[in-house]
Amino acid sequence: MTVADYAFYAFASVTVVAGLLVTMSRNPVHSVLWLILAFLSSAGLFVLLGAEFVAMLLIIVYVGAVAVLFLFVVMMLDIDFAELKGEFVKYMPLGLLIGVVLLMQLSLGIGAWVQADGAMGLRQAVAPDAAQVENTRAIGLLIYDKYLLLFQLSGLILLVAMIGAILLTLRHRKDVKRQNVLQQMWRDPAKAMELKDVKPGQGL
Amino acid sequence: MTAVDFNTVLPEFVLAAYAMAALLFGVYTGKDKTAPMLVWATSGLFLALALYIGLAGEGERAAFGGMFIDDPFARFAKVIILVSGAAVMLMSQDYMTRRDLLRFEFPILISLATIGMMMMVSAGDLMSLYMGLELQSLSLYVVAAMRRDSQKSSEAGLKYFVLGALSSGLFLYGASLTYGFAGTTSFAGILSTLVAGEVPVGLTFGLVFMLSALAFKVSAAPFHMWTPDVYEGSPTPVTAFFATAPKVAAMALIARLTHDAFGTVSGDWGQVLAALAVVSMFLGAVAAIGQRDIKRLMAYSSIAHMGFALVGLASGTAEGVQAMLIYMAIYVTMNVGTFAFILSMERDGRPVTDINSLNMFSRKEPLKALALLVLMFSLAGVPPMVGFFGKFYVLQAAVDAGMTWLAVAGAVASVIGAFYYLRIVFFMYFGKETDTADSNMAPVQWVVMVAVSAIMVLGIINLFGIEPMAAVAAEALVR
Repeated sequence: MTVADYAFYAFASVTVVAGLLVTMSRNPVHSVLWLILAFLSSAGLFVLLGAEFVAMLLIIVYVGAVAVLFLFVVMMLDIDFAELKGEFVKYMPLGLLIGVVLLMQLSLGIGAWVQADGAMGLRQAVAPDAAQVENTRAIGLLIYDKYLLLFQLSGLILLVAMIGAILLTLRHRKDVKRQNVLQQMWRDPAKAMELKDVKPGQGL
Repeated sequence: MTAVDFNTVLPEFVLAAYAMAALLFGVYTGKDKTAPMLVWATSGLFLALALYIGLAGEGERAAFGGMFIDDPFARFAKVIILVSGAAVMLMSQDYMTRRDLLRFEFPILISLATIGMMMMVSAGDLMSLYMGLELQSLSLYVVAAMRRDSQKSSEAGLKYFVLGALSSGLFLYGASLTYGFAGTTSFAGILSTLVAGEVPVGLTFGLVFMLSALAFKVSAAPFHMWTPDVYEGSPTPVTAFFATAPKVAAMALIARLTHDAFGTVSGDWGQVLAALAVVSMFLGAVAAIGQRDIKRLMAYSSIAHMGFALVGLASGTAEGVQAMLIYMAIYVTMNVGTFAFILSMERDGRPVTDINSLNMFSRKEPLKALALLVLMFSLAGVPPMVGFFGKFYVLQAAVDAGMTWLAVAGAVASVIGAFYYLRIVFFMYFGKETDTADSNMAPVQWVVMVAVSAIMVLGIINLFGIEPMAAVAAEALVR
């Protein structure tokens, strides 16, 4: 075994254990922290595969942005997870039964797995030759050239997500007073206040 | 991207550019005050695109390396989708304005959903199929929850979202199994790796997973659970949209996937579709009997109708695809007409959906009651209405493909299902003397409803020539 092999087993086992702990831990904040660990070790796996660009993307985008956002959401939302778990336990036996049946069927299907004759060739025909271009460039060629249509469509999907988030949450409240900076600045002190000379013992 | 690729996706491109421009316009101008104008502009664009696709398109073209296919089949489906989408939007404008529901995002989200649907029917690759599916579904989840202050609407949106996400997951799992077998996601590539007669277990799993997910999208039983709740909870115009264009897109998608990617192993998916068809037809017919809410009733009605359309597909022949296309065209037309009426039902200015409120409606508004009678007869498949011919074509296709049992089951289910349509007619003409609902129709709704019921009667002459068009479309798909 080389160093790379040891590294693979280390990263892989950490990923699996962390993934398990994401679902098992009682505290949702801990879950997100385990998720970050799972992302980091899968980034290590990508480096071992020679896909350094994807690895860095995973760390920058998923760990740096998505997971931190999750963390904020989990901390901000006041969800009683114990109550949710109580509901969940009620359906647990049925869920487990279905899960076990599905797992057995799938292992049946994957146990008898075969590949079409030309599958390997078709798989390699899509990607540019690894010996000719480095992998970051190959990703660029695929996304921005061959799969341009899909790239643009995913842009539209993200646009829908944005419109939806705004449509479903933004409320224009009419009963709040907003600050109008210009109006404040243009206010004339002479009109806004008045000095009165109040005599002692008389009042206004 | 070459000029040819660009020309092929021109309608989709125009619609996407319009949606983005309209979004900018809506945000920077009078907000929701511009919404009625945007609804009319969007509908106009839909109709113009339908005209362009129907008249200018010819032949078969593939763009982006086979990811996007423009053939008669896709064009047939796109025209139905665009025209029905435009009709539903025009009908809804008055309803939504009066109830202060109309936001300028509504026509934009509908446009984006329509781009998704157009992608779905033109997909030539599992990836572009999925992108179209998600674009459509995501927009629909949002419009379902659009009435934020109503608990039912939010529940409908959330329920649709969670179950839709689950079905997308199932689809992706099936697609990954298929990719694992074939080594490619393009339909033509998958077809080239298949050997008729021997389908490995793994690929069958992939196929069944994908078909289940798509059955969820067309709300075929046993994947129909979301339908009644979502139909009832969503604002009625959104329900009208759900019941029309997305069904055509998803049904065309099933036809596209089964024939383009798995055409040589029709026996394997034929039996899955036949099972879905039988369960849907009977469930839709029986479960609707207990419903008192007309929107829930239309939900079960759509489940039953999807069962009939699947009968056409299950036969696996060009004739079956043709029958399915005719059926979907008729189904969409009937539903647009019926929803034009449902949108107008109200009492003291508030919408009502209880079918008991239609008691003795014929005395109040004889013409509308007659139009609704024609629509209900057509939905039930009573000859000589056009709805009967839709059912006749699919059942004939099943018989010709040697699936007589399926046709018999369809005939039985259609007799059971006729009960609840006829009950509405009974209430209208011979019901008890109770407080009858009003029907406050905008001119557009009136025109749509009367025109559709006229089509249901006059269409028996030659179905307005839709039959040869559907035949050409089916020929393009099934070779």
